[in-house]
Amino acid sequence: MRKKALRVGSLMAGLTLSQLALADWEVNMTPGVTGVSRDIFGLHMTIFWICVAIGIVVFGVMFWSIFAHRKSRGYKPANFHEHTWVEILWTIIPLAILVVMAIPATITLLDMYNTDESEVDIKVTGYQWKWRYDFINEEFGYFSTLSTPRDEIYNRAEKNENYLLEVDKPLVLPVGRKVRFLMTANDVIHSWWVPALGVKKDAIPGFINETWTRIDEPGIYRGQCTELCGKDHGFMPIVVKAVPQDEYDEWVAEQVAMAEKERELTSKDWTLEELMARGEKAYDTTCAACHQQDGSGSPPAFPALKGSAVATGPVDHHMDIVVHGVSGTAMQAFGKQLSEVDLAAIITYERNAWGNDTGEMVTPKQILDYKNAQQ
Amino acid sequence: MATEQTYYVPEQSKWPIIATVGLLVTMYGLGSIMVDGSAGESTTTAWVIFMIGSLIMAYMLFGWFGSVIKESRDGLYSPQMDRSFRWGMSWFIFSEVMFFAAFFGALFYARTFAIPWLGGEGDRGSSNMLWEGFQATWPLLQNPDAEAFPAPSGVIDPWHLPLVNTILLVTSSFTVTVAHHALKKDNRVRLKIWLAATIVLAIAFVAFQAEEYVDAYTNLDLTLQSGIYGSTFFMLTGFHGAHVILGTLMLTIMLIRITKGHFTPEKHFGFEAASWYWHFVDVVWLGLFVFVYIL
Amino acid sequence: MSAVIDTHDHSHDQDHHHGPAKGFKRWLLTTNHKDIGTMYLIFSFTMFLLGGTMAMVIRAELFQPGLQIVEPAFFNQMTTMHGLIMVFGAVMPAFVGLANWMIPLMIGAPDMALPRMNNWSFWILPAAFALLVSTLFMSGGAPNFGWTFYAPLSTTYGPPSTTFFIFAIHMMGISSIMGAINVIATILNLRAPGMTLMKMPLFVWTWLITAFLLIAVMPVLAGVVTMMLMDINFGTSFFNAAGGGDPVLFQHVFWFFGHPEVYIMILPAFGAVSEIIPAFSRKRLFGYASMVYAVGAIALLSFVVWAHHMFTVGMPVAGEIFFMYCTMLIAVPTGVKVFNWVATMFRGSMTFEAPMLFSIAFVILFTIGGFSGLMLAIAPADFQYHDTYFVVAHFHYVLVPGAIFGIFASAYYWLPKWTGNMYDETLAKTHFWMSFIGMNLAFFPMHFLGLAGMPRRIPDYALQFADFNMVSSIGAFMFGSTQLLFLFIVVKCARGGEKAAAKPWDGAEGLEWTVPSPAPYHTFSTPPEVK
Ligand code: HEA
Ligand code: HEA
Ligand code: HEC
Ligand code: CUA
Ligand SMILES: [Cu+2]
Repeated sequence: MRKKALRVGSLMAGLTLSQLALADWEVNMTPGVTGVSRDIFGLHMTIFWICVAIGIVVFGVMFWSIFAHRKSRGYKPANFHEHTWVEILWTIIPLAILVVMAIPATITLLDMYNTDESEVDIKVTGYQWKWRYDFINEEFGYFSTLSTPRDEIYNRAEKNENYLLEVDKPLVLPVGRKVRFLMTANDVIHSWWVPALGVKKDAIPGFINETWTRIDEPGIYRGQCTELCGKDHGFMPIVVKAVPQDEYDEWVAEQVAMAEKERELTSKDWTLEELMARGEKAYDTTCAACHQQDGSGSPPAFPALKGSAVATGPVDHHMDIVVHGVSGTAMQAFGKQLSEVDLAAIITYERNAWGNDTGEMVTPKQILDYKNAQQ
Repeated sequence: MATEQTYYVPEQSKWPIIATVGLLVTMYGLGSIMVDGSAGESTTTAWVIFMIGSLIMAYMLFGWFGSVIKESRDGLYSPQMDRSFRWGMSWFIFSEVMFFAAFFGALFYARTFAIPWLGGEGDRGSSNMLWEGFQATWPLLQNPDAEAFPAPSGVIDPWHLPLVNTILLVTSSFTVTVAHHALKKDNRVRLKIWLAATIVLAIAFVAFQAEEYVDAYTNLDLTLQSGIYGSTFFMLTGFHGAHVILGTLMLTIMLIRITKGHFTPEKHFGFEAASWYWHFVDVVWLGLFVFVYIL
Repeated sequence: MSAVIDTHDHSHDQDHHHGPAKGFKRWLLTTNHKDIGTMYLIFSFTMFLLGGTMAMVIRAELFQPGLQIVEPAFFNQMTTMHGLIMVFGAVMPAFVGLANWMIPLMIGAPDMALPRMNNWSFWILPAAFALLVSTLFMSGGAPNFGWTFYAPLSTTYGPPSTTFFIFAIHMMGISSIMGAINVIATILNLRAPGMTLMKMPLFVWTWLITAFLLIAVMPVLAGVVTMMLMDINFGTSFFNAAGGGDPVLFQHVFWFFGHPEVYIMILPAFGAVSEIIPAFSRKRLFGYASMVYAVGAIALLSFVVWAHHMFTVGMPVAGEIFFMYCTMLIAVPTGVKVFNWVATMFRGSMTFEAPMLFSIAFVILFTIGGFSGLMLAIAPADFQYHDTYFVVAHFHYVLVPGAIFGIFASAYYWLPKWTGNMYDETLAKTHFWMSFIGMNLAFFPMHFLGLAGMPRRIPDYALQFADFNMVSSIGAFMFGSTQLLFLFIVVKCARGGEKAAAKPWDGAEGLEWTVPSPAPYHTFSTPPEVK
């Protein structure tokens, strides 16, 4: 047993020491790329080594007794059973060690809570099961969804290097600037975590949590949702792309222009084929998580759309459900989440795919009118 | 088998297993009523199951307490046994205290943290971004999402019915104590009068409480669905009310036993347990009166 | 605790009492603490196998990246039910079983204080778990929101079976509270003459304090699930910001119960180990009084540390600091206990039978789990650890080689007293070593996984976590299958074997060793005199 414990101990110590050499084994916390993440890493290693040291002393004495003070070696038991001084000592020493740990911990904590003087503000909203990023000051925003193909998840295709950790549109951030996050959620609690940034904060529906980061090096940093949020909790990754300031500015300008173009698309004349093509793509990223790619759903929790009364019945009711959702269920109101174009495309798709051959088409304009009529 | 100082260990008993079956059937029935109800299905079967469970529970309670009473009157219980009952009852009441503590905790948390945050104050004040125009007030007469949770138009005035109820309950705590003294002095007529008075006060309390609920629902739109104010209000007063009803039942059974000639000035633990419980219910009410109604 | 015991003639006890009744009615209707203890232990082991089987499903799915065996929705049900069944079905009832069997024997009481209620406390459990497990077969499936059932995932977004889950929790609460009341009444009221509080065996002390914790926090759990019930079925808004409530309120109330709950699962194990280590060291327990105070201190502190499970919910920083400091403080009394155990072994005369092996492993591995607990307590660092496999590693280190090894140690230690036979020492040692290796293989790599960034409660993971997950699953299968050996050993011992003496362990002390093995159906009908 002693051997085993020693081996385990030295394994852990050895692996952390030779961290660089064994980079692909990933046994330790990342030091990360922000001041906070490095502080946390430092704290982590300090406490870890303190614990190792205490462990060596305590287990050392114990293994010595197990080795030396055994009956089979004819050792006769002593009969002491208390010793006030020793007991006081081993109360006070751990207390002192704790104080030593508490001081740097408190300093780091206060730093992590200081969200003043931010230069970029981003509202992060957790949805079942994707993230939305709103650049509050620049007035644009978008969803960021898992882009790993289902074939890889179901082992029908070779898994690529960033399996489960890649998204369609990463969050782009400038390096060297203080970014403030406003975290919230639309349905259940999610938690936004990127280890390399040392940022983890719960996104709570109806409340806003603040936190911040300042990234030192450009690069791509990956993370995941860390609060159980239902079926696809394991499938809502986060990708942060940190870029130099000028590249960032360029990207922002592009996004603003794109948002403008998207609004223009609404008034374009669409054909059924165009809508179906766009609808299929949008459906697969937004709706397939619950209703499945083939529209079969997983009843009773998530109804099938294939042949459903809603998707083949009156258009207005269909629009109503998609735009406003069904309150109290996982079916959200997609009206504010998706553009008119995407809503029209998805609804058209649902009404014509999988044998729901209604032949009916819903245009972005119709959606816009429908939405306006509601107000 | 009861020699002088040995501790009475009852023989095998069928009551616990009946109690288990009763509890399971009741709980299952109750759950089915709710689940079938929200699924829009018929709840008749569920109600039948629930009623069967309740009947089993009632049968069990009579049977079980019946045998305890009988054993007690047969003199099987030593003073040591009596102390076990006392510890049992005291810790049971402590567990009830903690049950209410959870609800009071929820009330305090909502008032001191959640609502101010939603209203834009303090550490998480930016939450106000999500609820434009929401003002933190207490009582909460406007909810963050006014559509989903229409707020009450007003709240119960503490200085009318609640004040009367406070006086009723505090008085009843006194009357039950007077009854207890009468029992210790073996004055059974006074005992009966004061105990009966306690029960009358208790029933009056429940009646007024019911009136208050009707008022809340019909005139004030203060309902379970009217946001956190209504939620905490009905949760706290509702569970308190349920405890008052339970306490009243206990006292009534004591009155019945007394008219049957049970209890002596020295040995009357059943009565004492009921009166402890009654005092507990009274103290909880004082907490409610201050924190739910006045402040 | 070297109380001198007045030897008594126990044979005349038989004149007063009947033996056990015949047939299944004996078990259904019994008021005997030994019968009830046995039923608790059997029930607990059944639940351990059931919860363990679910853990095997989890580990099998996590053996490789990709979805192979179960769908994510079902995976979440497995995680949830595994946690609930292990906590409420395996560990807690096992300790209540030990309490039932041993407390009356250790303090010289004729039975538990309220024997009929004792029977009820037990029988509620199978009923409650039947209800809980039946949710697996309901439409929409079983609870799938983790054993911590955070709102609003469990309220607005929960499956229909959540309502039944809530009632099952209510029933478990009723059972635990009554069980705890019984334990307290027994200890406070039924001690043999001369058995002062500070002469009580430590197992009894730890249970006294555990029972207090149970009575204090189980009603709070009942309260929080009741609020959930109202939110689900009656339109209240406790956990819904739209009506002025707060999902985080749920977490505060839950963890006010939840943290003391984890000490409920470890304190009785502390007690048992404090009996066993002196027995096999042939030396009195070092620092009896400080052990008692340490348990008291842990219990009191456990009420003011709950929010260390919620460092990332966005509490005000003052709260964060308060909960961090209080949590760290718990290391001090726990350290006192560890040091005392080591000091007891120091200069003893040790032998290493199965109970002692499990106890030594307990001290080492629990301490490792405690160290990782301390790391989690450092709030800024917890921002990186929280909800990763590092937490899973932490709590399995305190629960499996902590609570579960504590239970195994107790079972081997007292089996001769329960059955009158010695268990098979060779098999028991095999059980120990297989468990020890399997358990470390299963849970140690989880530290690495967590630090490298693997979140918990996910059915599928990124490729860099593949190797350690495979190791972990292999360890888990090894540990799991070894438990069938334990079942075999116990059954074998119950059916026969070398007859056990009244006191089979030469270093053991306490009243339970003054009665014959197996302990007669009724013991201490006349209280022994403790000097
Ligand atoms: C038996 C159960 C048990 C026990 C005993 C403990 C003991 C401790 N636990 Fe643990 N814990 C759990 C069960 C348990 N825990 C569970 C189930 C969860 C997860 C719940 C969930 O989310 O599902 C959890 C989660 C958990 C968290 C939340 C993590 C997160 O979700 O982010 C934290 C944070 O502080 C924590 C801390 C501690 C501490 C400080 C102790 C201390 O009591 C440990 C004290 C012991 C020692 C420190 C070792 C011995 C001491 C010495 C040798 C003295 C000298 C030492 C020093 C001075 C360092 N635990
Ligand atoms: C005392 C409590 C306890 C115990 C003993 C265990 C025991 C084990 N636990 Fe777990 N565990 C928890 C409490 C416990 N656990 C809790 C509270 C959670 C958190 C839940 C949540 O997130 O909500 C958790 C979560 C948890 C996870 C994380 C799941 C996730 O986050 O997705 C994992 C993953 O590996 C795991 C594994 C194991 C394993 C391999 C064992 C092994 O020790 C099990 C040993 C196996 C057996 C005992 C099986 C023996 C049976 C057979 C071999 C088959 C025989 C079959 C029949 C007779 C039918 N547990
Ligand atoms: C998080 C899970 C989830 C996602 C994502 C989701 N839905 Fe749904 N959907 C549901 C649930 C749950 C219901 C059932 C609601 C109820 O109980 O009436 C539903 C119902 C529906 C219905 C009514 C079906 C019927 O027969 O009653 C339609 C149409 C629908 N969804 C369309 C969509 C579209 C379009 C999208 C994507 C833009 C989408 N859903 C995304 C969960 C989801
Ligand atoms: Cu979102 Cu987990
Ligand atoms: Cu805790």
